[in-house]
Amino acid sequence: MQQIINFVIKNKTFLLFLFLFSICLALTIQSHSYHRSKFINSANALSGGVYGTVNSIDKYFDLEQENEILAEENKRLKEQLFNSINSENNTVIDTSISKKNYRITIADVYKNSYSSTNNFLTVNKGKNDSIKQDFGVITSKGIVGIIDNTSKNYATVLSILSKKSRINVKLKNSNHIGSLTWNGKSPEFVQLIDVSKFAPVKAGDTIVTGGQSSIFPKGINIGSIESFETDISGDTYTIQVKLFNDMTNIGTVYIIENKDRDEILKLQNSSNE
Amino acid sequence: MNSALGVNSIRFVLLLLIQVVICSHINFLGYINPYIYIIFIFLFPIREDRLVLLLTSFLLGMFVDVFMDSGGVHAAASVFLAYARPVFLKTSFGMLYEHQSVKFSNTDLGSLITYVTLGTITHHLILFSLEVFNISSILLILKKTLFSSIFTIILCILIIVLFSRNKK
Repeated sequence: MQQIINFVIKNKTFLLFLFLFSICLALTIQSHSYHRSKFINSANALSGGVYGTVNSIDKYFDLEQENEILAEENKRLKEQLFNSINSENNTVIDTSISKKNYRITIADVYKNSYSSTNNFLTVNKGKNDSIKQDFGVITSKGIVGIIDNTSKNYATVLSILSKKSRINVKLKNSNHIGSLTWNGKSPEFVQLIDVSKFAPVKAGDTIVTGGQSSIFPKGINIGSIESFETDISGDTYTIQVKLFNDMTNIGTVYIIENKDRDEILKLQNSSNE
Repeated sequence: MNSALGVNSIRFVLLLLIQVVICSHINFLGYINPYIYIIFIFLFPIREDRLVLLLTSFLLGMFVDVFMDSGGVHAAASVFLAYARPVFLKTSFGMLYEHQSVKFSNTDLGSLITYVTLGTITHHLILFSLEVFNISSILLILKKTLFSSIFTIILCILIIVLFSRNKK
């Protein structure tokens, strides 16, 4: 017993080092599996508060750009509205009466990162605004990511610029599907894998979200095909996708809740069994 | 003793804030960020208990992790740097360290640069290895380590030299 105590006292620095280092390693390994960064995330009052203060100063510098983006979106929506009135001759589908599947919340981005291998954003909406895990996050130009952790007033978003994220997407002009991943290199490009070799892939084609994910609505723009190659086995394409979104410059985002998500998941689970 | 405690606490908070508010968002050339919070570990008083240094480094790294959503990678790298610090001190300051008389404010610049360079490269190598967490991307790890280290070393030396000259 005496010897054990002596040993501990003699090596106390090394033992403390080992203890702390293993805690860090455990947290690191945990954070590398999807949806596991439970304890160490910036959706808490302290970091949210600091980022909020910085953001409240910072956002004035982007006002002009923000306005331009809004005006552009407005223009596009107006065009859509007028075109649909003209083409369908008074049989406008009134979305306010029909059942709404998607609820949209606007949020400010408090923190954005795009230089590490798993990137997260922090937004200023949380449980108090009924934001939950696995809601989709988009901007007017394209998708941003998926809600990862929430606290009372803040939430973290797992960016599409992350090795962990896999999002179901499809080609706009056909129904061939694939998964969107990121190789960690450039924040401008993401990689689309597992696209069947029968798909008509052409540089410049648009990639949109597929309806399968139950997180994003069908048909949200993501990016255009930059280049493509068949992978080693020759059965599938690996496609470089240039994002429409500038992931390095994101001010305001829309958080999308799919109200039918639970139902879809339940159905899928029951048919899997 | 009390003033050392005060100085170190202020340094802790200031470096943490500067790191998470400014330095982590520079993204020079897309991915190069300086990690200047390790100045705290470099300048921690030598005569203090090493256990205190280990614990405070762990806390500092953890706070940076919380702000940057990075799991425990900064904490791991900081704790390792804190533990390995005596080795770097011995290699760069030699006899001065053995006599426990190193004063960071009036050492010669050469030893200081060696000390900061060794420490920074070790810290960054562990940081990026854990962050990428994939041995097949070793080139990416080395590239990130190299460029971020250069940035960090320059900033650290500048900050240490500027602020120690002030006190004279």
